[in-house]
Amino acid sequence: MATYTLDITKEHCPMTFVRTILKLSQIAKDDILEVFLSEGEPLENVPRSAEEQGFKILKLEHVEGSIHKVTIQK
Amino acid sequence: MNKLFVNSNLINIISSKIKNMAENKKLSIIAFSGDFDKLTAVFTLATGAAALGYEVNIFFTFWGLDAVKKNAGRSLTGKGFWGKVFGFMMGGIRNTPTTRFNFFGFGPFMFRKMMRKANVATLEELVEAAKALGINMYLCEMAIQVLGLKQDDFIHEVKETLGIATFLNISEGGRSLFI
Repeated sequence: MATYTLDITKEHCPMTFVRTILKLSQIAKDDILEVFLSEGEPLENVPRSAEEQGFKILKLEHVEGSIHKVTIQK
Repeated sequence: MNKLFVNSNLINIISSKIKNMAENKKLSIIAFSGDFDKLTAVFTLATGAAALGYEVNIFFTFWGLDAVKKNAGRSLTGKGFWGKVFGFMMGGIRNTPTTRFNFFGFGPFMFRKMMRKANVATLEELVEAAKALGINMYLCEMAIQVLGLKQDDFIHEVKETLGIATFLNISEGGRSLFI
C-alpha cells in the first residue's frame, strides 16, 4: 500500500478535481493519495466528488493558512 | 375520467423521464463553434463533468472540428482543391479565433498568456485532460463529408464518425448542450 501526494493549491476549476481523479485512476487499489488543496471550491468539491465516485475519505485536516489536506484511499 | 387518466399517465411519463435524467449522470455536448473561448467552455464543462463521474459525449461539427484535428496549425488537409483551401483557412486548434477581441489572432495569444499567468488550464491542456479522462469524442459525418475530411485527419482519441440519429441515441437520458 503506497502513499502518493498531489498539490492542487495553485489549480483552478475544473483542473482541481480533474487532476485528483486522474491521479486516483493511476494508483493501485487501497493506495493512499494525500491532496493539498485550498479553501473554497476545491475544499468543498474535491472530497465530495471523490467520495461520490466510491473513494474513501480517511482524513481532512487543516495544514496552514488556507491550505488543507485530504487523505483519500482508492 | 378519461382526462384524469391521460393526465396521470402524462405525469408518470414526465416523472420517469426526470428520474432517468437524475440517475443518468450523462452530459452530451454538440461542439459547433470553432471559437477559442467557446471551445474552452466545451472542454471545461466536459472535463469537469467527467471528473465528477459523468459520462461525457462531445459531437464535433463544422467549425468545432478544428479542436480535434491532428494538425494543430494550418495545413492543406482535405480532399480536392476547395477542401484544401477550407482546411488551410480553418486551421487547427492553434488558429481558433476569439468571439470578441480577436485582432487577427492577437486576442487568443493574449488569452493563452493570461490563462497561464492565472494558472488556469489552457484550451490545449483541457483537450489533453479530456483525452486522459476518456471522454467520448465523435465527428459529424455530414460536416466532414462537406469539408472533404476523413477520420484519419483527426486525433486518434476520436471514437467514431456518426450521424445525428446515432448521437441522439447516445445522448438519450442525459443533459445536452449546443455550444
